[in-house]
Amino acid sequence: MSIFVDENTKVIYQGLTGSQGSYYGGLNAEYGTQVVAGTHPKKAGTAVNGVPVYANVAEAVEATGATASCIFIPAPGVRGAVMEAAEGGVKFIVAITEGVPAHDEAYFYNDLKANFPDVQLLGPNCPGIISPGKCNIGITAGHIAKEGGPVGIVSRSGTLTYQALYELKQKDIGVTTCVGIGGDPVPGTSFIDCLKAFEADPETKAVMMIGEIGGSAEEEAAEYIKNNMSKPVSSYIAGVTAPPGKKMGHAGAIVSGGKGTAQAKMEALEDAGVRVGHNPTEAGELMAEIVAGL
Amino acid sequence: MDLFEYQGKQFFAAYGMPVSPGEIAFSVDEAVSAAERLGTPVMVKAQVHTGGRGKAGGVKFAADIDAVREHAGNILGLDIKGHVVGRVWIEKASDIAEEYYASFTLDRSAKLHLGMLSKEGGVEIETVAEENPDAIAKIWVDPVVGLSEAACREWVAAANLPEAAVEGSVDILQKLYTAYTEGDADLVEINPLILTPDGTVHVLDAKVTLDANSVFRHEDYAQYDETQTRDERETAAHEKGLQYVGLEGSVGVIANGAGLAMSTVDVVNQVGGSPANFLDIGGGANADVMAGAMEVINNDPNVKAIFINIFGGITRGEEVANGILEAMQRVDIDSPIVIRLDGTNADEGRAILAPNLSDKLMMEDTMLDAARKAVELAS
Repeated sequence: MSIFVDENTKVIYQGLTGSQGSYYGGLNAEYGTQVVAGTHPKKAGTAVNGVPVYANVAEAVEATGATASCIFIPAPGVRGAVMEAAEGGVKFIVAITEGVPAHDEAYFYNDLKANFPDVQLLGPNCPGIISPGKCNIGITAGHIAKEGGPVGIVSRSGTLTYQALYELKQKDIGVTTCVGIGGDPVPGTSFIDCLKAFEADPETKAVMMIGEIGGSAEEEAAEYIKNNMSKPVSSYIAGVTAPPGKKMGHAGAIVSGGKGTAQAKMEALEDAGVRVGHNPTEAGELMAEIVAGL
Repeated sequence: MDLFEYQGKQFFAAYGMPVSPGEIAFSVDEAVSAAERLGTPVMVKAQVHTGGRGKAGGVKFAADIDAVREHAGNILGLDIKGHVVGRVWIEKASDIAEEYYASFTLDRSAKLHLGMLSKEGGVEIETVAEENPDAIAKIWVDPVVGLSEAACREWVAAANLPEAAVEGSVDILQKLYTAYTEGDADLVEINPLILTPDGTVHVLDAKVTLDANSVFRHEDYAQYDETQTRDERETAAHEKGLQYVGLEGSVGVIANGAGLAMSTVDVVNQVGGSPANFLDIGGGANADVMAGAMEVINNDPNVKAIFINIFGGITRGEEVANGILEAMQRVDIDSPIVIRLDGTNADEGRAILAPNLSDKLMMEDTMLDAARKAVELAS
């Protein structure tokens, strides 16, 4: 099994008519994802690579029965696009777009929580989600992941996620689902949301968690793992040597006022029984050991 | 984007908050004429993007014009934690009865805005939080709901401000919240917020950090971008649109993706080296971006070796390899380069690089080996 998305997930691409949307929408469709519709307020009735375009998400849902949406809209339009997707009836929203203002993220996170509690948002500023062999929504190169299981991956970083998928594939280890939650200050889906889903998924036997400096999401995840997870977890945290007060590429990757350091996160995870690697390769090797012992 | 204190005060004033009249000065003469227009006594305050100005001698009271001349002369050019003072804010001096603290920032854990208010202002809030956490009244605000006057009053009551300060504080805090949200700030902080002997509440210092991602709806924020503190390297990288953070070491780092770039910096440290920078060239790795990145690294005199760490995802290994070779033709690189190329079509990419390898261009299979090689070359 997989978490959040599988071979039956029908996906709408908001921004399918744009360069990013058409490119990645095309790759996702090639991978086997059910790319059923695009949206554009002025291009309803047209098609992109054979995929029909509707005026808005509600109409696309009505016509296709889609339950998920992927957003490739430029940052200024993301707040509107997220709410349009929720109001249109979609239950799983993946926002790939980078550069969304933090206040917008805090706003639509709380708006969804209050008014659309059954809607799950992933992102913004994330690579998306892939259940290898079944469904790939976003910008991950599908062929670097081996399908099956037993490992679930959740990560704040794009390239480190690819690195992890690739290293596991080299070791012939499959992945149930790999979720990129993104590097922004207010991610729609948290580590804990994913850990909870992996714990409940019978095919996922172990979880790899990739974090980075900034915020306290890793510490909260560690607390959750300690109290609620029966499955083994391995982890890697990027940014051990990052200088304080500097945003390291991601808007959320910043050590401020002595908080959010990699050291504190690694300690919290180790304290929760998580095996923490000191570089991505080591984290992969630790996971291979865990898998060998399952 | 960090604002200078005076920019923060002007930002607050635009939202109707009471600040003292003042002028910015870049020289002693400008400071003196500003003080003459404002009328002494004034404060002479260093404008730098760092805290601890007072302790470093960057904030002085000037009773008369001679004192303004003396203090401005001492403060301009002063080095405060590596920040050299290039401008001073001359502000009408205020009488202070009491000092408070007020701020709004995002609580990433609660995913709500967090307001903090304390009767103990004028000192670092981290110190208050450690020594007397009960002295800080906190309020969590849902951005969809906003901050109502009633909630604001409860918050001020919880902070135990004296009766005389209540009305003024309620007014300022509501405006502070508006400035924070409408202005897309990461942080707004008033420390101290003062009560004067005649009973008015007033903003005496301002710390504002704005979200660079919001500039599309704040055209005027370009002015703040221009006054960011960046070293030469960071300025060059910023102009090329690269995500760059300058560090102190000798191994130049180029990687694709923020996470991998952070990881690369870590690994260089781990094997005993010291990175010269963090540089994320984004998901792809085409020749243009690569050439720009190499140029920035090459201009850093501390760099003795360069570590290029690329993981091909959608971008294939051949494209990455060709991009690197093309960039090397465009930029005359002084230091040896060590490449680690992995991911999609890594073998094809390595095959393209192989005939071009020399003592200036080396290749290693793993991140750790490449880091070790680069560190060895840099020492």
